[in-house]
Amino acid sequence: MVFYFKMAEEQVVLDTSKWIDNYADYMYNYAIVRVNDGDLAKDLVQETFFAGLKSAKNFQGKSTERTWLVSILKRKIIDYYRKINSKKGQAEVRMNFYDDGENEGNWLEERVPQSWDNQSEKSIENEELKSQLESCIDALPQKYGMVFRMKTIQEFETEEICKELDITASNLWVMIHRARTQLRKCMEDNWFNT
Amino acid sequence: MFKSLKITCDQATTICDKNQYGEASLLEKLKLNLHFIRCKICFKYTKQNMTLTKIYKGHARSCQHVNHCMPDNAKDLLKEEFEKLQAQ
Repeated sequence: MVFYFKMAEEQVVLDTSKWIDNYADYMYNYAIVRVNDGDLAKDLVQETFFAGLKSAKNFQGKSTERTWLVSILKRKIIDYYRKINSKKGQAEVRMNFYDDGENEGNWLEERVPQSWDNQSEKSIENEELKSQLESCIDALPQKYGMVFRMKTIQEFETEEICKELDITASNLWVMIHRARTQLRKCMEDNWFNT
Repeated sequence: MFKSLKITCDQATTICDKNQYGEASLLEKLKLNLHFIRCKICFKYTKQNMTLTKIYKGHARSCQHVNHCMPDNAKDLLKEEFEKLQAQ
């Protein structure tokens, strides 16, 4: 299907029949580095193409086809993030590390960081370490895992993540802190002190 | 004045985490260092955090080189569905 748009002097053509060949891989890669789930990434890309087709008439030719499709995908990712963020009381294994009573904000005795055995030896990068780290990241509550991956693994700028997920910087740092505290504990129990 | 520089362990470790990305402000770093004077636990957390940051960075380097492509069967299925929708 080909859509023609008249923009000032030049004509803009939107050729939907080539979308999948031209953009599926790019969009899939874009989605998976953010959501870290192949099936979900496929669904998001499919929804994006469908939504793009439905709203092809609104394409004004101000950007390239790919940029326009990515902007739709970004909105789908925000929707997904909001969905996981609003799931109250879900089976999240968020641990509490700090007292919320009389000694508010201080370490809970049972969660105080322990000394690590053979720290330098255990810090040498290898496949086993990567695999343990991945399983610890996967054990994080979804929204923390997503933000942690974007900031730490994909090394996105803070501003970019806040914009993409529509959150404030202080919100982001709280999530990064919770993710890292929980990850530290997971690595302590399953890697450093085993 | 000093009271305003006093922070809890939760706040100290939040700043410590932010600092791992080089994004803590000068005031935050001052508060963190003052906190270390009275809190050895947060000091230990910070040292361990630096070790973890090195591990995360190593992991990030290996992950960033991976370019994910949509599996061919998924692409074929998507094409089929997309063509159906186009035909409607």
